[in-house]
Amino acid sequence: MSESTGVIHDIGYQRYEGPRLGRGPVFAALYLHGLRTVFGFGRSAKAKIFPWLVVGIVIVVAAVVAAVRSQIGQVVITYAQFADTMSWLIIFFAAVAAPELVSRDLRSGVLPLYFSRPLARSDYPLAKLLALVTALWLLLGGPQLVMFLGAAFTTEEGPRGVWNELLDLLPGLLYAGLWAAVFGAIGLLIAALTGKRAFAAGGIVAVFLMTTPIVGILAILPAQTINELAFLASPMTMVNGVGTWALGDLLFEGGGGLPIGGFGPLYALAAVLLVAGCVVLLLARYRKVATR
Amino acid sequence: MALIATESLTKTYRGGVTALADLTVVVEPGVVGLVGANGAGKSTLIKILLGLLPPTNGQVRVLGLDPTTQPDQVRARVGYMPEHEALPPDLSAAELVTHLGRVSGLPRTVARERASEALRHVGLYEERYRPVGGYSTGMKQRVKLAQALVHDPDLLLLDEPTNGLDPAGRDAMLALIHRIGTEFGISVLVCSHLLGEVERICDTLVAIDGGRLLRADRIDAMTSATDVLAVEVSEGTEELAAHLAALRLPVRRDGRLLLVELADDDTYDQILGAVAELDLPLHRLDQRRHRVAELFATREPSHV
Repeated sequence: MSESTGVIHDIGYQRYEGPRLGRGPVFAALYLHGLRTVFGFGRSAKAKIFPWLVVGIVIVVAAVVAAVRSQIGQVVITYAQFADTMSWLIIFFAAVAAPELVSRDLRSGVLPLYFSRPLARSDYPLAKLLALVTALWLLLGGPQLVMFLGAAFTTEEGPRGVWNELLDLLPGLLYAGLWAAVFGAIGLLIAALTGKRAFAAGGIVAVFLMTTPIVGILAILPAQTINELAFLASPMTMVNGVGTWALGDLLFEGGGGLPIGGFGPLYALAAVLLVAGCVVLLLARYRKVATR
Repeated sequence: MALIATESLTKTYRGGVTALADLTVVVEPGVVGLVGANGAGKSTLIKILLGLLPPTNGQVRVLGLDPTTQPDQVRARVGYMPEHEALPPDLSAAELVTHLGRVSGLPRTVARERASEALRHVGLYEERYRPVGGYSTGMKQRVKLAQALVHDPDLLLLDEPTNGLDPAGRDAMLALIHRIGTEFGISVLVCSHLLGEVERICDTLVAIDGGRLLRADRIDAMTSATDVLAVEVSEGTEELAAHLAALRLPVRRDGRLLLVELADDDTYDQILGAVAELDLPLHRLDQRRHRVAELFATREPSHV
């Protein structure tokens, strides 16, 4: 029998004299926690089902597209088109993820635990927003990387072919970033208004769903300027408009795209203002919530 | 250095509701009870101490810092346990407390270690890996206390920590708070609407009503020289009273009880002797403090 040498001591309460980190690391901790929340890490198995289902779908689509291209040499969808094609899936993802990030905290009353800590009031919503935007961007950008790898390894033009693919990929990733920023900002703002996750999810889908018919009506009015500006009425077509203007061929081969006339820069400005407006409202919302 | 010092602190909400009116109080480190009825201004005071609400008027200092201008420094050294439900149901206690430790600025590994330590100190062991949603009220209150402790604060602000607990849970929570105040070296401000509860564990009591200070004093100053012995006999209460009066002990009747002022240890012997002499069935003999509540009836503000 071995001699027992282990003794358990109750060392009592230990004071902490070590370092306390500043604003940057605290923001990073909140951001990473948000990103983990979106994908269901550190939470129940049930919370992982939907996000990983969506991840699976986008990866499979990208893999199929890459496979088709390598086999028959035909480009089914371009990098930039991938974001457009997946837009509804991403809306649903945002509609589930945004309430997980903020509505849940509003409902459970955990916010006083955050705001009674040395945390700037704006850092909480900004970290959550950044986490959501990152998640959406990864969902749109990750599959593009799969498509790129598929194309890069099967290209017949050598390094030059890879370089050309890369030049196509980068605008696609930027465009995905625009989608992520617009969807994330709108989604998080709506979710921050209510503690009920179902309401928040419904509200987010409704905003995208309800604004689409408005575009349809404006687009058939008998005035060309209104027709060309019609696509500003819905966030989805607004982003499409920016893509038409900024990416052109990469998004719509053969000069297609939305008939926005010469209003391209206006679409870009509108998208920036939309995101900025959502962020301002979000910060105002949390200034109010924090004192409760 | 005073733990908390306020001077003419006033808070008027928009709409003209006055939550705090000209509150001036200074309290020293230790376990401090803040008592008052619901709506007396306790929660408002806590929010001002945390720098979450700006006071309408007056000065406030917490640990020598001004929460209106240095809220982050104050919050780094203060732990707060809110009154209401505050835990997301799908996270485990370990995960939540670790995360909140990191938000308080602890490095990752330190946050994890201190989170398990804090949960151990409040009496949560293996169950800390289960989602909080399945916890009992008592366990949830403990998690709320642990998250306030995780970053090793110098002051804990506890808002109605015994809310929703059964009598045994209340006693356990009060014992825990007392241990934190005495063994951990952390000052504690306990809010409660139940005076009887906090007076058991506090060094200092601050009573407010309608946003005004009723009284603030050390508890021993409030209860000194007021100890009495309560004697209960099954029969012959009258005889015993007469007998004790004959021994020149000051005796009062209180229902079935006889209350005798406790002069020194001899008083015990004299009472026991009297009971034995009369051959009465003694039911109980215990020392009783004057309820602090009686002391608030005088309503004279003073300062500690």
